[in-house]
Amino acid sequence: MSKLMYGGVAIDDTFAEAFDMRGTALVITADTAKWARQAATTMTGFATSVIACGCEAGVDLELTPSETPDGRPGVRVLLFAMSTAELQKQLQNRVGQCVLTSPGSACYAGLHSGEEKLKLGAAIRFFGDGWQIAKKIGERRFWRLPVMDGEFVCESTAFMTKRAVGGGNLLIMGATPAKTLAATEAAVEAMHGVADAVMPFPGGIVRSGSKIGSKYKGAIASTNHFYCPTLKGAVQSAIGPEIASVLEIVIDGLTSDAVAAAMRAGLKAIAELGPEHGALRVGAGNYGGRLGKHHYRLRELVP
Amino acid sequence: MSRLTFRSRGVPPQRVDLSALTPEALMGKSQAEIAALTIQMTRKALTVGEVFDVAPGDVEEIVFEGGSERFDRIGAGLKGGAIRVVGEVGVQVGRGMTGGVVRIEGSAGPFAGSGMRGGLLEIAGDVGERLGGPLAGETEGMNGGVIHVSGGAGARAGDRLRRGFILIEGVAGDYAGSRMIAGTLAIGGMAGALPGYLMNRGTILLAEGAVEMAPTFCDCGTFKLVAARLLAAHVEPISARLGSTFRAPLRRFAGDLAALGLGEIFTAGA
Repeated sequence: MSKLMYGGVAIDDTFAEAFDMRGTALVITADTAKWARQAATTMTGFATSVIACGCEAGVDLELTPSETPDGRPGVRVLLFAMSTAELQKQLQNRVGQCVLTSPGSACYAGLHSGEEKLKLGAAIRFFGDGWQIAKKIGERRFWRLPVMDGEFVCESTAFMTKRAVGGGNLLIMGATPAKTLAATEAAVEAMHGVADAVMPFPGGIVRSGSKIGSKYKGAIASTNHFYCPTLKGAVQSAIGPEIASVLEIVIDGLTSDAVAAAMRAGLKAIAELGPEHGALRVGAGNYGGRLGKHHYRLRELVP
Repeated sequence: MSRLTFRSRGVPPQRVDLSALTPEALMGKSQAEIAALTIQMTRKALTVGEVFDVAPGDVEEIVFEGGSERFDRIGAGLKGGAIRVVGEVGVQVGRGMTGGVVRIEGSAGPFAGSGMRGGLLEIAGDVGERLGGPLAGETEGMNGGVIHVSGGAGARAGDRLRRGFILIEGVAGDYAGSRMIAGTLAIGGMAGALPGYLMNRGTILLAEGAVEMAPTFCDCGTFKLVAARLLAAHVEPISARLGSTFRAPLRRFAGDLAALGLGEIFTAGA
């Protein structure tokens, strides 16, 4: 595989393969940024992969009071699923269990256009047991549910896009686990500056990248042994002797452009850190281009 | 292009129905055709030309120079564009309008904004009774849009209000927000007796309280609610004073418990 050098870091001539997803965005506010973050973090927990979590989700942006509907600190979160029905189910369950329950929270649609609408407050409102009140303000409709610390305000519906993309990725390879982690953290930090994209895994990082299939029946995914450093030599490795650790960043975005922008920002951060303190090489995961229609070629994402 | 202007020739000999003088209705009509339109409210015919001097111009922006309490139904059914009246108007200004802007630089009679569904109705002076309310036999009053009254309002402002915002800077008469179905009514001055009488749902803000509150409203305490913040953000561009009142701590009275009881009256918190 030919290599391109970017800031002294080798960039594989390969591509990340990603898939169409359904996506939506929410704005969660609270009396303080701490509690807005808490609600958002709880809601996007256990949402790393659609394989077992039902959806993929993460915090997109922190919002200042001037950027939220109710003038309080807020957080924008993104949710992605493989079907409209699953996204609706995950949205309803997660807002109902994690945002409604969080002190002082309120929840609003974070997308103001899209192909379809999802029920948000319209699904949660029944918790009000008949005391819920609808309020239409301008073109937006809100539900007010009496709760024990006052009221939970929740926008009635949220828009959903069918143009979301899930599965953009980078494989960051380094000489030591510490250097690999440093490069990956720098990339994730840079990607956080890109709107409309989230990295749903812990801290944005996957250390157990997977391949499709397994030797065991019933397991739809298993360890990506090509990139496991402890198997070098024992299997057909994709890494050389200089690589001691590989970490992956998975990126989901409301648009394909957002995924590409996040990957570009991540590559730039890795290159700026350089091979001495960070990664020696960056690659990407794909399935030969057979499964996902979105292909992000790394050489097109570097200057 | 200048605005289409109707200059009043004085008080007309009878009440006139000016609902035909909207941008949509006048689009494509010549000055002569407009002047020939009949606007009488009795069997005796009366044309636009007998009541106004018509100065041709852009029909999307209509101006009435000079008003009269006999000028009824100005802007009724308005769908878009703007109408401005330099003077007072009669009954049912802006009735049933669904869009556009009607500005009255004087006072208005009863049933202003009756059955309105959208758009903005601004009245610089006072308004008569049943602001936004339904006519006899109708089950719903105002159903969308915004009414902003800089002066005071007569009795039963917001009667049967279902959706939209009624903002009154001054005082209001008795039974403000009577039989409200939903929507928001904000009153900057003192309200008369029994605001929210038999309201089912909706929000009434009384910045300076009421002469007498109904005993069927229950004091829930003082709060700074998120919903009030949303209302403030929507109201502030139209009325800074009422918007800031929504942002202050508000005492919530739930009611009318003689009806459905899902409505609320906010007063300044104590």
